[in-house]
Amino acid sequence: MSPTLIIFWAFAGLAMASALLCITRQNPVASALWLVVTLFSIAALFVLLDAQFIAVLQVLVYAGAIMVLFLFVIMLLNLGRGGPSDIKGPLGLGVAVLLAGLMLVQLLGMHPGGSTPALAPSVMARATAEQGMIPAVARPLFSVYLVPFEITSVLLLAAIVGAVVLAKRKL
Amino acid sequence: MLLGPSLTVSAVLFALGVAGVLVRRNAIVIFMCVELMLNAVNLTFVALAQDLGVGGQIFVFFVMAVAAAEAAVGLAIMLAIYRHRQTVDLRNINLLKG
Repeated sequence: MSPTLIIFWAFAGLAMASALLCITRQNPVASALWLVVTLFSIAALFVLLDAQFIAVLQVLVYAGAIMVLFLFVIMLLNLGRGGPSDIKGPLGLGVAVLLAGLMLVQLLGMHPGGSTPALAPSVMARATAEQGMIPAVARPLFSVYLVPFEITSVLLLAAIVGAVVLAKRKL
Repeated sequence: MLLGPSLTVSAVLFALGVAGVLVRRNAIVIFMCVELMLNAVNLTFVALAQDLGVGGQIFVFFVMAVAAAEAAVGLAIMLAIYRHRQTVDLRNINLLKG
């Protein structure tokens, strides 16, 4: 087992364990914090997969902005205090685990799995080495994918307006 | 080298997200599980982008933008629901139930 693979499985295990804790903790604040751990671990996996720029974005946007928004709303609604459990009873739990398990079997059946030996540096590793970490992503983003990128700004504007309208007490 | 393991981890994370959505009744926790599923798919994109070119990473960029917009609007909806019904428990939000 190569060192890369050991580090990969360490972070993968951390991601899966904290995801499991996230869906089983009763307190929403604990759930959110375990989800932050999952997101950080996934960022580490991104680095191992030659996506350093996406990893930084993951930490900034997901672990930083989105999860702070979640925690802010949880605390604003005062959901952190104890109360009756929101996890479903035995029947609902059984059905949920069965359906999720079926989905897992399906998803795992779609690819061979297992690690193949690295024959050569990957396409992304070569692009990063040639152009640099950020230019390798930024050049196509601002040339081939320019129109989707600009449309994203319209989407974000719509989200801002929508969030303000929905959260406002009275229009 | 890491493609197979990455897809396995991604599948597990996605299934955990599905389980969370099905098991929980707190709307905000369900929302967090949806974010978990989005992240699992992002991991697949990044893993495949390793050998298939940078397009996958750029798609992850757009997924993140959509997720941020979705989180902002979704949480605003939760705030509006909470103001209306004083709860975000799905047992009490059953107006459409027959």
